[in-house]
Amino acid sequence: MSSTTAVKRTTNAAEILNKAVVYVLLTIGGLFMAIPFLWMLSTSLKDKGAVFSYPPQWIPEDIMWENYRTIFEDAHMIRGFFNTMMIILPTIIIGLFVCALAAYAFAKLRFPGRDRLFMVLVVSLMIPGAVMMIPAFIMFKNFGWTDSWKPLMIPGMFGAPMVIFFLRQFIKQLPDELEDAAKIDGLNPLGVFLKIILPLSKPALITQAILTYNAGYNDYLGPLIYLNSPEKYTLQMELASFTSYYVSEWTLIMAGSVVALIPTLVLFAFAQRYFIEGIALTGIKG
Amino acid sequence: MNAKPLTASGARTAKKKSLYASEKWWGYLFVAPPFIGLTVFLLYPLLTSLYYSFTIFDFSSPPQFVGTENYKRALFEDPLVWKTLWNTFYAALGVPIGMAVSLLIAILLNQNLKGKNLFRMLFFLPTICSIVAMTLIWQWIFNSDYGLLNYFLSLVGIEGPAWLTDETWAMPAMIFQGVWGGLGISIIMYLAALSNVPTSLYEAATMDGAGGWKKFVHITVPGISPITFFILVTSLIAAPPGLPALRAHDGRGPELLDDDDCVLSLYYGIRI
Repeated sequence: MSSTTAVKRTTNAAEILNKAVVYVLLTIGGLFMAIPFLWMLSTSLKDKGAVFSYPPQWIPEDIMWENYRTIFEDAHMIRGFFNTMMIILPTIIIGLFVCALAAYAFAKLRFPGRDRLFMVLVVSLMIPGAVMMIPAFIMFKNFGWTDSWKPLMIPGMFGAPMVIFFLRQFIKQLPDELEDAAKIDGLNPLGVFLKIILPLSKPALITQAILTYNAGYNDYLGPLIYLNSPEKYTLQMELASFTSYYVSEWTLIMAGSVVALIPTLVLFAFAQRYFIEGIALTGIKG
Repeated sequence: MNAKPLTASGARTAKKKSLYASEKWWGYLFVAPPFIGLTVFLLYPLLTSLYYSFTIFDFSSPPQFVGTENYKRALFEDPLVWKTLWNTFYAALGVPIGMAVSLLIAILLNQNLKGKNLFRMLFFLPTICSIVAMTLIWQWIFNSDYGLLNYFLSLVGIEGPAWLTDETWAMPAMIFQGVWGGLGISIIMYLAALSNVPTSLYEAATMDGAGGWKKFVHITVPGISPITFFILVTSLIAAPPGLPALRAHDGRGPELLDDDDCVLSLYYGIRI
């Protein structure tokens, strides 16, 4: 009797020690992650002259809330935001639908050459984006698509191999019985897809929607290559333009970045649950 | 000979077969869009660039065919090619480092903790922050005169190098920044994988008297190996387009960083 309590007490002590170590490690790691952001926040509230004060000043002497007003008045933050949304939302919706359709076909439908076609898709993943930059630019120039949103939107609407790969893994583990029952009831594959597969794939679709949104929202290189007219600029370009409009307006860039971070932060906070679930249920097998 | 006895299961296979017959066309229809996309937006530019690689082309006058001249120059005459190749391998060191760190953090986060979501959010922050801001912040951190890193080092009496312009330190600095920025997604992937490892295995191992390390090696590692493989492959593919980051540090960096079109020519020379 007394020996079991002793054992319990040591396991409790070990557990507490274990927890303490975990918290210390996570806090150190968390600080590492947080410091650049704290500096971003602090710089966004600084006076221009105080940016490079040495030693680094974490809490500004004069808090310049005006920086936030300036970025909304002088830069076209709101226009940039709407432009970004106009580019990425249709692309995400159409692209995801297309990817899910293909993923369903690769996961569940039977047709000759299916696995070979899928391999082609996977192999295409191995081509690094840098290789494509110049030839793609020349092509879009020939299409007359430069200085428009088309190069940023239309390729994505045809689906992305990585997303198809991911969704296929998810759809594969959905039970065949549901589908077979629906087929016997007379639904064709499109009906099965719309009525059964699509609703069941919600966690995986949300996961991919967020990742695609995030990549599009933060993309800087793509818009930089293709867009010239300021009225077509995306949010990230508006942010970057502070370095040329004003000579290295760090305070404004940081204020703009803080504002730009908010929508994604809110989205991620809400979707976090789906996020892990979407990946966990996918059960990626090599 | 061909007539099979019409059993119940035979009828079911027959019915299934007829279902599959029409499935074929649906299948091709469903996978068509990505293949149209691949042909137009990948294959076509790749083939044109293959053609351009045998020419001299300055975008204004029509391309001039020069045979394998460009390849000779890229492979044997341009001293930077081998350097960039080495740099690419060097930079890829960030991949295993990043994976090890994110696995460690995922294991820590996988326990029943208060404030788990806050930590998760913190590690995910760089993933969702604009690359423009991140690049500027790291420029400041690594700056030799007023940067944060050298300030911290000076507190313990070390005079830090000029991180981004010192040939020895530029690459480790870039790797560090890359690992920091890439943790978020891998941690989420690992968290998902860890939640898939059956807890009964751990319980059984505890009964058999296995310690933490043994459980990690014999249960956790095999259990998450598919995800490990997936992260490895995707990060190796994603590793070279750390390009925007290099580009943004451009002009301040030493030779090994400032020639990003050299990274391009490297791909043109070797991958195509």
